[in-house]
Amino acid sequence: MAEVEETLKRIQSHKGVIGTMVVNAEGIPIRTTLDNSTTVQYAGLLHQLTMKAKSTVRDIDPQNDLTFLRIRSKKHEIMVAPDKEYLLIVIQNPCE
Amino acid sequence: MASRAARKRDEDSVTEVGEGTDEWAQSKATVRPPDQLELTDAELKEEFTRILTANNPHAPQNIVRYSFKEGTYKLIGFVNQLAVHYSQVGNLIPKDSDEGRRQHYRNELVAGSQESAKVVVSEPDLLEEEEGPKEAEAETGSQTDVPAAEAAEKVTEEELITPKQPKEQKLTNQFNFSERASQTFNNPLRDRECQMEPPPRTNFSATANQWEIYDAYVEELEKQEKTKEKEKTKTPVAKKMGKMAMRKTTFLESQSDDITKVTQAAKIIERMVNQNTYDDIAQDFKYYEDAADEYRDQEGTLLPLWKFQNDKAKRLAVTALCWNPKYKDLFAVGHGSYDFMKQSRGMLLLYSMKNPSFPEYIFSSDSGIMCLDMHVDHPYLVVVGHYDGNVAIYNLKKPHFQPAFRSSAKSGKHTDPVWQVKWQKDDMDNNLNFFSVSSDGRIVSWTLVKSELVHTDVIKLKVEGSTMEGLDGLQLHTVGCGTAFDFHKEIDYMFLVGTEEGKIYKCSKSYSSQFLDTYDAHNMAVDAVSWNPYHTKVFMSCSSDWTVKIWDHTIKTPMFIYDLNSAVGDVAWAPYSSTVFAAVTTDGKTHIFDLSINKYEAICNQPVVAKKKNKITHVQFNPIHPIIIVGDDRGHVTCLKLSPNLRKMPKEKKGQEVQKGPAVEIAKLDKLLNLDSSQPASQPRRSPEAPAHTEGTLWKPWQACVSLCIQAMYLRVPPSVGLSPAQVCLFVSYSVSPFAFPDVCLCLCIPPCLLAVSVCVPISECLSIFCVSLSPSLSLCISLHQSLCLTPCLWVYGSLLFLPVFLHGCVSLCPCGRLSLPSPWGLCRCLRLFCVSLCVCLAARRLCLCVGLSLYLRLWVSGSQSPCLWG
Repeated sequence: MAEVEETLKRIQSHKGVIGTMVVNAEGIPIRTTLDNSTTVQYAGLLHQLTMKAKSTVRDIDPQNDLTFLRIRSKKHEIMVAPDKEYLLIVIQNPCE
Repeated sequence: MASRAARKRDEDSVTEVGEGTDEWAQSKATVRPPDQLELTDAELKEEFTRILTANNPHAPQNIVRYSFKEGTYKLIGFVNQLAVHYSQVGNLIPKDSDEGRRQHYRNELVAGSQESAKVVVSEPDLLEEEEGPKEAEAETGSQTDVPAAEAAEKVTEEELITPKQPKEQKLTNQFNFSERASQTFNNPLRDRECQMEPPPRTNFSATANQWEIYDAYVEELEKQEKTKEKEKTKTPVAKKMGKMAMRKTTFLESQSDDITKVTQAAKIIERMVNQNTYDDIAQDFKYYEDAADEYRDQEGTLLPLWKFQNDKAKRLAVTALCWNPKYKDLFAVGHGSYDFMKQSRGMLLLYSMKNPSFPEYIFSSDSGIMCLDMHVDHPYLVVVGHYDGNVAIYNLKKPHFQPAFRSSAKSGKHTDPVWQVKWQKDDMDNNLNFFSVSSDGRIVSWTLVKSELVHTDVIKLKVEGSTMEGLDGLQLHTVGCGTAFDFHKEIDYMFLVGTEEGKIYKCSKSYSSQFLDTYDAHNMAVDAVSWNPYHTKVFMSCSSDWTVKIWDHTIKTPMFIYDLNSAVGDVAWAPYSSTVFAAVTTDGKTHIFDLSINKYEAICNQPVVAKKKNKITHVQFNPIHPIIIVGDDRGHVTCLKLSPNLRKMPKEKKGQEVQKGPAVEIAKLDKLLNLDSSQPASQPRRSPEAPAHTEGTLWKPWQACVSLCIQAMYLRVPPSVGLSPAQVCLFVSYSVSPFAFPDVCLCLCIPPCLLAVSVCVPISECLSIFCVSLSPSLSLCISLHQSLCLTPCLWVYGSLLFLPVFLHGCVSLCPCGRLSLPSPWGLCRCLRLFCVSLCVCLAARRLCLCVGLSLYLRLWVSGSQSPCLWG
């Protein structure tokens, strides 16, 4: 239990990380370090995108599965790691 | 005109009209229409008869009918000539027909009533008519009324009588029509409703994708397998228990919105975040190849990549490094302290290259860890040796912080620090087995029997010749302290042990008291011993006496010795080549050697650690990636990438395929060893600043050396004329130069001076035979190399005799077409060489003593650097 907490703390305090959040299978955020409105927005949108990506990968080969999803934009990078029941989202500003 | 008139008078009665017409015709001009037919008189007089017949002119006269009898169409002669002009269908029917009779009957019925009515009507009419005229006679009106009334009564009576016979037909008319209806009472209606609670509804939607179908099948399969298993294993009682347990677990699971399930995802995210932060390093690791290596001849560099450090292990030195045999990015770092006075706790950290900021596993212990090893078949088992003499096994699969198994004082731990541990193959009972060596002189084999560590002393190290007579006749041995060991890759029972006294013993697992062999390796403690991964005979040792030595285990003396100017902490062979190895020293430098490129000096010599006071303690090569990890005594582990020059594979010769595989490596090392085996190095090569006596080393474009030559000559004839051919003289010359070895040369000139024999004694590589011919200024020298290949060189001897001084210069020519010098550089260096020597001769009687300074100037031929074939 404590290990996961520590890991999440470390991720949050890592260089360039703007925020982290944990979203459950229905798209409801469980834990977040950002404000509520942003969290809800991110959770809803990324949940759908992840489902779509997962569906795409599995449609092509059902034995395959999505490991993670990275969206690199001009301002920052959004990283999503899907789990069986949860979704871990981290927004990082890769330092230049 | 008159005649015509006459004629007309004749035919007066008949032709009046004609005359009139003639006159009329004559008086007027005939007007003919333009399209009138022009006929001749004959034609005009022609008579056409017209006959009236009763035939129908419109009737067809050519009707043809098909006769089946004759099978042809035949003209019908008789044609209907009837012409109908007008026809109308009438509605008269004959009286006698059926319809006529019916109608008649009906009419009679009607007429019956009508007749009576008519009669009645007619009578009043009559009466009225009568009245009419009678009215004129008004008086009788009333009278007539009465009879009229009487008549009417009669009529009505008759009327009443007569309708009885035919029935009256009642005719309905629309004005007098009346309808009657009646309505029953309507029952009052009432609605009664009953509403239940609607069943709970949920929306269900699903997609039927490829993967959903696949998942369903997989689930089904799993269920089937489970049921199969349950049938096999569980008893009825156990089933019940199982169910209870199941219920409990499911209850727990559904209860908590547990965050521990995110562990896997969190780990992946952490690695991704790290990859972003250290993106450039990751890119370098994967793709960067130092392009400058092409211009650097044979040297290479080490590119620093990640640096691994942890706060908890900050003050502890890295005492052991080991790559995981299965997961090539995972490595273990053991922390402890080498300092005898400052002993504290120890730590075992396992890092992955994918996450340089935090270790994957952390274990801490009370005593410093001195060594560790990972099992090849079970890569989750790590054995460590501690400073207090204990050994422990950690199981990475189980997340305990304590070691899985631990030795103790009872189970035979060492009494001194354990310096090295190594896993062995499982023994015959499939128990895990490892060896440990310690300063207390024991080499112990530990076996894991039913979760207990059982130890067996394999060997007790004894310093030879040190048995002492103790009390009561006991023989006391001085125990040697083992500091390092390594097992042979192929010969299972053979292993090497290095000791604190600097000796290396070759031992066998089966003999516990006798060593197979002893090597006097070093002057100080042996820090590491390592067998070559390819060549079965070669091993390497390093020590704090600043040297690294490479041995062939069949030979007592080392093949190569390297002096690194500083205590060497660790050596390691490279896994990709049999001739490459790395050595780290306490001055913070890493040296990489490649014997196939340069036998005598390092091809890379780089300070790796930032601060000078930082000592590097260990080094390890990664099995597949071109990187090494280096640990220092501050607790940092640095990862470095080898540049391409450091990992050169044998070059392809044109037309030959590149052979890969261990056989090639073995052959490569063999070749190197054979070249040197006849000339064992008994003295260490100097530090690599000065260019050494090597093949293929890089020479500076020019070199000069000054050699002192002392020659003593015994001349038969006093040297008034100088050296004349017809003399016997004996040269003894001793030359010393910074490069060459002391050279003693004996030369005998025999008349007619066609032959001179010169013998060069030890060190020098040449055994020369002089052949003097022609003139004193020309001598032909044939040098015989130790490897028995003959190379003729031509010495051109020019001498200027100014007694007591004579100058001579010599240039020698090698058969490969290039110039060379026979000695002191050995054979055929293919250089342009000038030698100018100044020799002062003191002659007294028949003895002549010459002291000469020779300047040998060597110039490198630009461009060609490949060794001469004769070399």
